[in-house]
Amino acid sequence: MSKDVWVIIEHQDGAPKKISLELLGRARELAETLGGTVVAFVPGAGVSNVAESLGSRGADIVYAADHALLQPYTADAYAQAVSQALQAEQPTLVLVGSTAQGRDYAPRVAARLGAGIVTDCASLEVADGHLVATRPMYTRKTIGTVVFSSGGIRIAVVLPAVYSVPPAEAGRRAEIRAFQVALDSKGVRTQVREVRAIQRETVPLTEADVIVSGGRGLKGPENFALLDALAKALGAAVGSSRPPVDSGWVSHDYEIGQTGKTVSPQVYLACGISGAPQHLAGMSGAKYIVAINKDSNAPIFQLADLGIVGDLFEIVPKLTEAIRQAKGRA
Amino acid sequence: MNIVVCVKQVPDTEAPIRIRPDGSGIDESGLNLVMNYYDEHATEAGLRLKEQFGGSVTLIGVGPERTKEALRTGLAMGADEAILVSDVALLGSDHLGTARVLAAAIKTLPHDLIICGKLSTDDNAAIVGPALAELLGLPQATAIAQLEVDTSGGTVVVHREVEGGVEVLEVPLPALLTVERSLNEPRYPSLPGIMKAKRKEIKTMSLADLGVEVPSVGATAAKSALTRLVPPPKRQAGRMIEEDAEKAVAEIVAFLKNEAKVL
Repeated sequence: MSKDVWVIIEHQDGAPKKISLELLGRARELAETLGGTVVAFVPGAGVSNVAESLGSRGADIVYAADHALLQPYTADAYAQAVSQALQAEQPTLVLVGSTAQGRDYAPRVAARLGAGIVTDCASLEVADGHLVATRPMYTRKTIGTVVFSSGGIRIAVVLPAVYSVPPAEAGRRAEIRAFQVALDSKGVRTQVREVRAIQRETVPLTEADVIVSGGRGLKGPENFALLDALAKALGAAVGSSRPPVDSGWVSHDYEIGQTGKTVSPQVYLACGISGAPQHLAGMSGAKYIVAINKDSNAPIFQLADLGIVGDLFEIVPKLTEAIRQAKGRA
Repeated sequence: MNIVVCVKQVPDTEAPIRIRPDGSGIDESGLNLVMNYYDEHATEAGLRLKEQFGGSVTLIGVGPERTKEALRTGLAMGADEAILVSDVALLGSDHLGTARVLAAAIKTLPHDLIICGKLSTDDNAAIVGPALAELLGLPQATAIAQLEVDTSGGTVVVHREVEGGVEVLEVPLPALLTVERSLNEPRYPSLPGIMKAKRKEIKTMSLADLGVEVPSVGATAAKSALTRLVPPPKRQAGRMIEEDAEKAVAEIVAFLKNEAKVL
């Protein structure tokens, strides 16, 4: 068993995803407490560019696990590759992003290795020699503290945007090693027929620092264009509460809440959202909440840092214009 | 097609959650417990496949005796059988412990497809489904939003929502799927269905019946433990402004710049 802290790197188009950098930053801090090194594990095909970029973000060692069967992503191939590496190197702690990929393969790895696993970690600390995570539970009506048992490999699946991306240290380099994965095509049973990109001009929800979100108050699908324009001006992502999804105005991948995504951006701008508990379950972890609503009694105002009682159809376009101007000056 | 649906009983998400005074867990007294929301979607998926291709839908739950109420909800929706694995030695199990018990039970049943909810709304872990697939040696697709069966090829084609896109996967049977709410609209149990479900016997099995060794499950095998539950930090309502649009816009811009520092 080593004292090393591993991060399994998620990447796209030759670059690590933001969540992976967030985890490297946290791994750096935890490794200093635990007295180990930070190891980045990069599964994929043709991953040398990704591997090269990780030293500047805090990795001491980078394992490039290059194999044709690791592209595109499948749970089968990733679970085998990651399990083989963890079995061989026995790190004390492994950080995985809570993403569609991470949530898919990490439990398989834990089951295969008999490792401890805690998902949806909103914090991860070493306290009195124990590894302790907190996580939202019961649809965010409570926060649970979970303690990992000592000994063995421990896998923490960490929520996006709870740790900040460490600044790149130019000139800091990691030792890059190749990791030979033993994989054959029989072991990859799932076939990826296609990965359809949803073309949006706005940022993905789980990576956004700012989220502009719309509710029933938007009145119709066409009015989401107002939010798109505002989000573009802000460099933000667009989300929704449940009613617009149930009414078919936007697709389910917009939905934030108990039956949708959990987000924790720097700023959440709620437009025409009343603030039902089911919605709060997905967004009350935002650092700042700004709400625009016609109804001064809307529950969202009870947790908004800035509450605007007014007509979003009048305010949002003016806000978009004001932000364009503010950014233009900057 | 023989389908097994995993069912968990959880607090009604509409109900307020009371934490025990010592913070060790939730106070269940008077709490309305129901079938996990996503398991309703899983049961619905199973029933639709049965209606299309024949076969059977068997529900399986792990938990105390009261879990039978959640299983009866699924029976009332139209499932054929339900099995409860219940044993005091399971107290304190982690998710892998639960997955081991489910795997042992499912190995005794014919299964072409195992369907789970994408997560349970109590602990939100999303671990049991993929862990169960691994323990049974089955391929998986998680959080699927669309499902089609190609019976000639013995595969299912599923759509899975990922960040910024949709994965279209072909998964050979037998397989395990976990389902998203957008997959379907669960049916309401019919009155005759409810009456039938009341009379149906739910088979209860112990760890000994399944041949599961106690040290592989329960609190001693658990690799993590919940030690404390607290309410989420209270958010304070901030400033409320009821002014004309120009003033409101100026306030928002100032807030984004000076407080949130995103401009």
